[in-house]
Amino acid sequence: MYSEANERKIDELLTHYPVKRSAILPALFIAQEEHGYVTDEDVKYLARRLEMRVNEVEEVVTFYSMYSRKPIGRYKLQVCRTISCLLVGAERITEHISDKLGVRVGGTTGDGKFTLQEVECLGYCDLAPCLQVNFDYHERITPERVDEIINELK
Amino acid sequence: MTKVLTSRFDLRGGACDIDVYLKTRGYEALAKTLKEFQPDQVIEEVKKSSLRGRGGAGFPTGMKWGFVPKESKRPKYVVCNADESEPGTGKDRDLMRYDPHQLIEGMVIAAYALGARDNYIYIRGEYWYIKEILERAVAQAYERGYLGKDVLGSGFECHLYVHPGAGAYICGEETALLESLEGKRGHPRLKPPFPAVVGLYGGPTVVNNVETLAAVPWIMVNGGEAYKALGTEKSGGTKMFTVSGHVARPGNYEVPMGYPMMRLINEEGGGVAGGRRLKAVIPGGSSVPIITPEEAEKCNMDYESIAAVGSMLGSGGLIVMDETADVFETTRNLTHFYKHESCGWCTPCREGTRWLYKVFDRMARYEGKPGDIELLHDLADKILGKSFCPLGDAAAMPVQSAIQKFRPDFERRIKQTLIQIQAAD
Repeated sequence: MYSEANERKIDELLTHYPVKRSAILPALFIAQEEHGYVTDEDVKYLARRLEMRVNEVEEVVTFYSMYSRKPIGRYKLQVCRTISCLLVGAERITEHISDKLGVRVGGTTGDGKFTLQEVECLGYCDLAPCLQVNFDYHERITPERVDEIINELK
Repeated sequence: MTKVLTSRFDLRGGACDIDVYLKTRGYEALAKTLKEFQPDQVIEEVKKSSLRGRGGAGFPTGMKWGFVPKESKRPKYVVCNADESEPGTGKDRDLMRYDPHQLIEGMVIAAYALGARDNYIYIRGEYWYIKEILERAVAQAYERGYLGKDVLGSGFECHLYVHPGAGAYICGEETALLESLEGKRGHPRLKPPFPAVVGLYGGPTVVNNVETLAAVPWIMVNGGEAYKALGTEKSGGTKMFTVSGHVARPGNYEVPMGYPMMRLINEEGGGVAGGRRLKAVIPGGSSVPIITPEEAEKCNMDYESIAAVGSMLGSGGLIVMDETADVFETTRNLTHFYKHESCGWCTPCREGTRWLYKVFDRMARYEGKPGDIELLHDLADKILGKSFCPLGDAAAMPVQSAIQKFRPDFERRIKQTLIQIQAAD
């Protein structure tokens, strides 16, 4: 189902726990890496691989905010909206990205490249405001810095 | 000031490499512990240190370790709670990315004390790059014999795995974390039984915060008494504080317990930004009651002193607000957070946080009705102490304290009051 390297990664994960099911969270990250989101096939495949029922995988996928069951942009721009970021201008950053890309919060650009999301506390309170692009953190973000980051990815 | 936790921070990423760590007295505590201490004596030493859980609850660490039964049919586990997600807190992030071996060393010592072979670090999924730093450090520790089948030739077998969360504040609650680690939704478990008796996979389990475990090597090298002496009589040792919000130098600072709050804000934090006046402080992460500048003046950074003004030390996330802050808005922001993060398991929290936000939302549009402030207070009351886990209390306390101490910010949001204010102008 996945690349050889990723299949090996899952095999290795299974050695970490006494029950296979424990590997579901890291395995779902692998699924997302391969397909961009968690597909129906991923759910079925991982259920078989980890000896879970399909609905058990489904209830896990839908509980955690880092998984998506729908296609999203190649770059996920996540602006932290929680208190410490709010106090130092997170809303301005979100508005700036929204204007620049012409998408609303939650939306994806027409070319499928960028998805804009507001997320809860990312743990960068002392380095606020914070923007996460896929797995990369950007601290003390400004509208100018946002422009640079987006232009690099375009 | 003695640095227990952050002594290698000046090296920045440098201490991620095991050779740098070894050159700065790294793994000395583990070698000493395995050689000179029986497992029970380790627990005694930690009890002497008066170290308390640094994740928020502040439970005495040695006592928590002491609850783990010595004989157990099921395997025992040490689990590190690295799911740092309390708004206002970013200390564990730096402890892991600047000094991952210190945490690993603390975990191996804890595992030795409790007789645990397999151990886990549960790190929030967003900290992916830190997970990779930890994995590299764990691999190095295996190579050098600080982890593995026979740790430093002592016969003690110890394994450590890094496990990612996937975006859920509730998984910082220890029993929800264990559910999540077992591959399920992060719903809290009923306590008792406490994890120390029935925890991960049904085995006795100790769940400790990153900062708690990172303090253990220093304690084993220098002794519990020496650690305790760094702080106050009742709150021993040092603590990391994340200072954020309206300060000139936001950052993570390690200071002794009992350090004056205003000194932390004005010296380490560089004071309120732009020379503006202080309006409010949330002293221990978003879940604790907000305090006024007058109360902050009276506070030292220890459990007792902050409790004396009706708040809590919590996770040590100090959120500073200047006179431009609107406490209604910041409280609405936090209510949105708790509504989003409520796991849905119990009714008071699941429904209560949504209702709270609904009222906040109409007040945000200046369409609050007379009685809405009382309604907010009453709704918070219906959650407080009635939810399955502490998330409900965490949602309710900030609302009640904000109304009590910053009522004018709420009153402006009531439509009729606003009309009166405008008419008077």
